[in-house]
Amino acid sequence: MHTAVSLLADAPAQMLPARSLMAFTLASHIILVPLGVALPLITLIMHGYGLRRNDPTALLLARRWSAVMAVQFAIGVVTGTVLSFEFGLLWPGMMGRWGDVFGIGFGVEAWAFFLEAVLIAIYLYGWRRLSSRTHFLLGLPLPAAALLGAFGILAANSWMNTPRGFSLDPAGNPVDVKIWKAIFTPMFGPQYWHFVVAMLVTAGYVVAGVYAVGWLRGRRDRYHRLGFTIPFTLAAVFTPVQFVLGDSIARQVFHKQPVKFAAMEIVWKTDTHVPEYLFGRMHPDGSISGGIRIPQLDSILAGFRPDTEVTGLTSVPAADRPTATQATLIHWTFDIMVGIGSLLVLLALWYALIWLRRRRLPASPWFFRCAAVAGLASVVAVECGWITTEVGRQPWIVYQNMRVAEAVTSTRSTSLWIMFGLVVVVYLVVFGSFLAVLLKMRTRWRLADGTTGEGPPPEQGPETETPETDTPYGPRSAGSRT
Amino acid sequence: MIAGVIAVVLLLAVAAYACAGGTDYGAGFWDLAAGGAARGERPRRLIDHAMAPVWEVNNVWLIFVLVIMWTGFPVFFQRAFTAMWLPLALAAVGIVLRGAGFALRKPARRLAGRRLYGAMFAVSSLLTPFFLGAAVGGVASGRVTAATTASTDAWANPTSVLFGLLAVATTALLGAVFLAADARRFAAPDLDGYFRRRALAALAVVAVLAVITLFVTHGDAPHVWHGLTHGVGLVFVVVSALATLATAWLLIRPSGAWSRVTAAGVVVSAVLGWGMAQRPYLIPTSLTVADGAGAHTTLRWLGLVTLVALVLIVPAVALLYWLDTRGELEGLTDADLRRPGAGDEG
Repeated sequence: MHTAVSLLADAPAQMLPARSLMAFTLASHIILVPLGVALPLITLIMHGYGLRRNDPTALLLARRWSAVMAVQFAIGVVTGTVLSFEFGLLWPGMMGRWGDVFGIGFGVEAWAFFLEAVLIAIYLYGWRRLSSRTHFLLGLPLPAAALLGAFGILAANSWMNTPRGFSLDPAGNPVDVKIWKAIFTPMFGPQYWHFVVAMLVTAGYVVAGVYAVGWLRGRRDRYHRLGFTIPFTLAAVFTPVQFVLGDSIARQVFHKQPVKFAAMEIVWKTDTHVPEYLFGRMHPDGSISGGIRIPQLDSILAGFRPDTEVTGLTSVPAADRPTATQATLIHWTFDIMVGIGSLLVLLALWYALIWLRRRRLPASPWFFRCAAVAGLASVVAVECGWITTEVGRQPWIVYQNMRVAEAVTSTRSTSLWIMFGLVVVVYLVVFGSFLAVLLKMRTRWRLADGTTGEGPPPEQGPETETPETDTPYGPRSAGSRT
Repeated sequence: MIAGVIAVVLLLAVAAYACAGGTDYGAGFWDLAAGGAARGERPRRLIDHAMAPVWEVNNVWLIFVLVIMWTGFPVFFQRAFTAMWLPLALAAVGIVLRGAGFALRKPARRLAGRRLYGAMFAVSSLLTPFFLGAAVGGVASGRVTAATTASTDAWANPTSVLFGLLAVATTALLGAVFLAADARRFAAPDLDGYFRRRALAALAVVAVLAVITLFVTHGDAPHVWHGLTHGVGLVFVVVSALATLATAWLLIRPSGAWSRVTAAGVVVSAVLGWGMAQRPYLIPTSLTVADGAGAHTTLRWLGLVTLVALVLIVPAVALLYWLDTRGELEGLTDADLRRPGAGDEG
């Protein structure tokens, strides 16, 4: 092992561009992940509902969501492929030494993703010619394939947080690999469920948010009500579940990665009766400025008692823990994530109360305003959660076993910066075009809806349920059916 | 033993990607060569129509190749990605452009937009196979060693350049052969002839490049040359040559049936021949399969995961390709996305 001081002094020049590139590509990919994991499920629920009730509006929604899925999934495939390349292009040191210890999760993921790609192709392209029953049944395994894929990725990531399942030979290389232990590491369970539910909730709020905006603009037909209610209900049901899971994973971090927990809660010295800070800033000398201080609360949250001892950052040498700036960053991202989660619980409660008492959607425009931004807020929460877990592990890439500096590529830092610049430009174009395509689809559909006899949407009128009275658009394009 | 098995799995995955991904990049090559907007409209439409349902599946093979590399042979992965940094980075950029061009061209309706995304698709279809081929050439000629840094001589050398060109020509061949078959399926006889002529041209280029490659590897990659001209490697070279002749014969016959199988045969046996010629090395004369292999437990589990996955995936992939070749898979059109029109499902 290198000495801490020398490592700090000569952190390789490749570190900053490599980190920036990884952070940028992952942050971009993560935006697509909730839809990739959970949109098939939401669409299948809508599809099943439509088939069961023989409801053309629900089937139309499911078909339109498939059209969105087709674009989104393809872009997710490429941004995901870039990430697998980056393991080699940016972090060859990590893969060279640890690839055979934790790579098996990726093996599971690769095959699961393969299955998902096959099923999604059949589902997306099967609408027109497969029988409706066969088509729906072939789509049903999709959520399971998505869960399996998430299993692989989370197994790899939680291994980096709490590496297990190997021993080191005198040269520091892993030997005696135990796969089972390397997959089911202490952080795996908490991370997996927290992640899966986060994806479900986020996708639900994002999809519902689109129809909430339409609702606010006066498009209050059955189409919008259905498009809002199904994804929103799903997300609202799982929001309190996520609250409990989030609380539980924080406590697991406290037990299994105490230094990360100390950074999340900006705890400098190991102590009991530790106060909780909402936001605030930590300085390199350990002092804290700003923020709201709540006495005792951190100890209570961590161990249910004010005299719970919370490990501080200073329990390990400065070179083995996040810097004060990194700690401040993840303290903020953690607080933002928890804050958004709590607000979403309130929103879900609002929805549940009105539903239980009146059996209808809330009437207040404020509810729909909140619902419209809930999707964006959930994506922000997902990004914050990811920053918390990754930056909180610094300076380690494999916790307590390999530093980021040891894993980084030896390619010249100039090449990395150029690559970073190129990738930023390409991603801006790709994501910009993605957004433009989505908006164009929306406009096209809205125009098509307008021309089928419904007329311009009523401005502030009562609920209009007219789609069923629409006249058919006309014969289908020739040859679309056998 | 188990390391050898996983090495074969890796090789088969590379062969599968060469066929599936190759067809896709080949389609991009012909998209690029289709001429102006009016002249190239019909071939381009066929390309979009034929490639769309299987695009993701074709490209997921690559992810599988990478995963087997880093899980099964971590040292090999590390060395290849360190020495071949630039070609692999450029190939990755090409993949992004290809995927984005594919995903975004269909929904874009204005001609200018379609041109932009089409250009992204087409240019990246040249970039990606060339640089992936160049990286393979660097491995085959033994230029990837523990000490190699990411310098240009690791990939800008005769073997790499030839492997890169061969990769581009092969994708063009596969693309044209598969598109000709799709043209027959969609009953467009003029496009069938159009792509068959191009397939024959590509086949001729592949044959010429392959012969040149054999001569160049004699001096530049002696271990691989020896492997290709002896034993199992030679068998695959002969099979590949026979498949080339069979493909040419099938392409000039009126029906054109089975040309897809023989064209894939050319590619698969060439890839297998290269792999067999490298034995017992992952990187000729500096890293053997046994030395580069990861922990035995991991390799056994990787084998098991692969086996289980095959049981799940082979039927799914077979179903997908079967549905696709029967014309059961069609993208949603605007008419399907208008309301109403949902009542007549099935």
